[in-house]
Amino acid sequence: MTYMDKGLKEIHKALKEGKITSKELIKESLEKSHKLQEECNAFVTILDDAKEKEVTDDILSGIPYGVKDNYSTKGVLSTGSSNTLKDYVPFFTATAIENLEKHGAIMVNKTVMDEFGMGGTGTTGHTGTVLNPWDKTRMCAGSSSGSAAAVAAGVYPYATGSDTGDSIRKPAAYCGIVGYKPTYGMISRYGLFPFASSLDHCGVLTRSVEDAAIVTDGMKGLDKNDMTSWDSSNINLYESLNGNVKGKKLCYVKEICDIANYPDADDELKQHLKNFMDTLEKAKKLGIEIEEVSVNQTLLNAQPSVYVVISCAEATSNMSNLTGFIFGPRAEGDKYDIEMKNYRTKGFSPLIKRRFVIGSYVLQAQNKDRYFHNAQRVRRLLVDRWNELFEKYDAVILPVGTGPAKKLEGASNILDKQTQTLEDHLQIGNFGGFPSITIPNGFVNDVPVGLNITGKCYDDANVLNIAYAIESTMNYSGQIAKEVK
Amino acid sequence: MKYKAMIGLEMHCEISETNTKVFSSAANNYSDTPNTSVRPVDMAFPGTLPVVNKEAVKKALMASIILGCKQPEYMYFERKNYYYPDLPKGFQLTQETPPAPVGLGGKVEFECDGKKKEVRIFNLHLEEDAAKSEHEGRISKIDYNRAGVPLLELVIYPDLNSADEAVAFLEHMLQIYRYAGISEADTRKGQVRCDVNVSIMDENLDSNNPKNWGTKVEIKNVNSLGGVRDAINYEIERQSELKEQGRYEEVEQETRRWDEDTMSTIHMRSKVDAIDYKYFVEPNIPKIKISKEWLEEIKKDIPKLAHERKEEYINKYGISNYDATILIKEKKVADFYEETIKKGADPKSASNWITTNLLGHLGKLEITMDDITLTPTMLADMIKMIEKGDISSKQGKEVFQDILTSGKTPEEVVKEKGLKQMSDSKEIVKIANEVLDENPNTIDQYKKGRTNVVDFLVGQIMKKTKGQANPTIARQTMQEEIEKR
Repeated sequence: MTYMDKGLKEIHKALKEGKITSKELIKESLEKSHKLQEECNAFVTILDDAKEKEVTDDILSGIPYGVKDNYSTKGVLSTGSSNTLKDYVPFFTATAIENLEKHGAIMVNKTVMDEFGMGGTGTTGHTGTVLNPWDKTRMCAGSSSGSAAAVAAGVYPYATGSDTGDSIRKPAAYCGIVGYKPTYGMISRYGLFPFASSLDHCGVLTRSVEDAAIVTDGMKGLDKNDMTSWDSSNINLYESLNGNVKGKKLCYVKEICDIANYPDADDELKQHLKNFMDTLEKAKKLGIEIEEVSVNQTLLNAQPSVYVVISCAEATSNMSNLTGFIFGPRAEGDKYDIEMKNYRTKGFSPLIKRRFVIGSYVLQAQNKDRYFHNAQRVRRLLVDRWNELFEKYDAVILPVGTGPAKKLEGASNILDKQTQTLEDHLQIGNFGGFPSITIPNGFVNDVPVGLNITGKCYDDANVLNIAYAIESTMNYSGQIAKEVK
Repeated sequence: MKYKAMIGLEMHCEISETNTKVFSSAANNYSDTPNTSVRPVDMAFPGTLPVVNKEAVKKALMASIILGCKQPEYMYFERKNYYYPDLPKGFQLTQETPPAPVGLGGKVEFECDGKKKEVRIFNLHLEEDAAKSEHEGRISKIDYNRAGVPLLELVIYPDLNSADEAVAFLEHMLQIYRYAGISEADTRKGQVRCDVNVSIMDENLDSNNPKNWGTKVEIKNVNSLGGVRDAINYEIERQSELKEQGRYEEVEQETRRWDEDTMSTIHMRSKVDAIDYKYFVEPNIPKIKISKEWLEEIKKDIPKLAHERKEEYINKYGISNYDATILIKEKKVADFYEETIKKGADPKSASNWITTNLLGHLGKLEITMDDITLTPTMLADMIKMIEKGDISSKQGKEVFQDILTSGKTPEEVVKEKGLKQMSDSKEIVKIANEVLDENPNTIDQYKKGRTNVVDFLVGQIMKKTKGQANPTIARQTMQEEIEKR
């Protein structure tokens, strides 16, 4: 009998009834960690000396979990999957992790990510590519790649993630699990290595909406160290799940979902969009009203560039603290600026350096208004449009990406231009700080695909409840990755 | 001189009167043992976030109100991005782009050589200080105590015309900061640093016409008032000489630095090499609404400033303009003065004792107000003793010297030295007659019209009483008693 592949409530019950101990859970989780490490390369660090904790009435107590490697963890290597921090052991713990520890949760490993969260492939971490446990020829997506792979493989019921563009919600979709980022500021970012502060969210990857609610309840809260955090003590996400969604209203965006927009669509995309439409029908049977809405195509087309401009600008500034002087492996050089240059040139991968160049370019005095300020203006327009939708609808429901996870090699790029918005629309959730959750939505070519539900700020309970109800119409909740090839 | 100088200033003054730093909970006392007032955010450890110190914002707003600037509707900050080893984050939080600065516009009126002068304020902004680097040969040391100390930067238009005016202006500003409880504004502690810009133009041309302005040269990091004076004078002379020699085109728009050792300004960089700081709004600090109510509250909390105190001393206490000016020169002295009056001392006596004796002694002993043990209560007690005739004013001076730094109270000193003044007239009558009996020839001399023998006889009384007799009573008594003979 294994437990790490079960839901939190079931594991908790077993612990309370004495069918299993916290120590045994850790053992199981560590064994699975090592196995998955060999197969998929999901971890930077596996904590073989993880200690059991007392089992209390707290559902999270005594149960192992994983932490994305951009969360600062006291005494435990925290690299952000970057060579620039390959030996960095922090002396303080991120607030979100500290909160989980207070609930008795047990960290058993630190998961691989795209370097500092920049990238959506799981191929740019300094310890190598993370493979998709469903199909090792495919990517996990990212940047919370290791967390997604480990939860999908049943290493533990949940792992933390972070999400600047879609870094929780996309790998969750590609790994057939649930990925949730709550409203901006619900979970403190103190101790999360920043990528783009105005877009960065902490969040969680689980195998069910219910577990996502339980874990988020454990992570969230006002934090005096994060001025953007807010008091959510009157919100209990887990207790708010009742599955009662009669009369709720959802909308989907025609310009993103209509197959007619994609004349060159391949079979995977066709199947993916069909899955999506089928699920909408199931949702309607629950009493949810669903309508198609239209959003200005020009506005939608601008969205991916807006993300690139803003995220790169903030990133280049946020990562200016990485000089090798105070932390990180100090570089050689006979002058401070040479040391700094050597450290950064050798430490960062080419992808990150490319983004720094973009970020610097768009912030330069002569370019700032044209790029950075215009990007902020379009960000506002998109957020306003989505808020307008939220006046009429409880949430926007959309398919995640163009299908299942991409192949690691030989992926075709033909569709890129047509499908750019379909690929990247989850970033709108970051633009607005909206609560946004991805749940599994069946399979295409035997590998998982997902759908996303995004609502208005502070309406997390409503968004989760809708996801909870729609999840109940399908059989993918709690599923563990079965290798297809 | 044929040339008129136009001088502008950027004056940085640390806000020393807050408990903690401006975006960090570390103590704001950077003269402590190096690297002891440091929190993770001060060294930019990954994941740390700025948290605004409301007290620092309040002090900045207070300065803005005092200087008659316009306050913004929202308080927010911008990142000024550049790399330097003493700047751990790789950016400084500041307020560059309007309407970010805590103060916009406004005027400062001050006196220079008895003449009133006015300068226009460009802006006032609240920012954080960098760490302090010390270079010793090939080794550089960094003290992070200073990283994040709140800093007020005041930028004025080039309305000053001489080094004297610049120094008088700075002294005036420092007095404002001290009296308002914003900063100790101690140049010896490095709390005040200036960037000076200097240009010259033909004296007979209209300085309101920008066409007539000369080339502006900026001198960075002048850290004392003397330095400001010397740097300006040096720069005026340098530019005038070049102009005189017909080589004015050699004055280039550049940044120079003041070198204390050679007492000259040295080229740092040209305008064309100006750094692009890529300013953008700090995303981790939500905009803070500055309400009218809050501003009113702050206005009420503004302590009495120097000029208000001076007026009060003149009008309420009848102190001369000259003495009042001396009393307010240093806030600690003015505070001491007011406290002494509160303890019951006559305002005029208190002023005399402070302006002549106290300040005289401080000068002679080369000590400051911080080094004395004399309290306002002690001084008031001593003044009262003199008024009551318990001690003579001559004795008072002796007592004063003793209570200044010894920690003793006036009562203790009087007792120790047996200085109690004899004012008992019966006793003095007795002694007067003893003296007359011992010097019978003086009576004759007196009768013959040599009235100045009384001086000698009073002297004898003083001698007999070891100086404890009240000299006024002694003289009066002797006069009466000699007449009786």
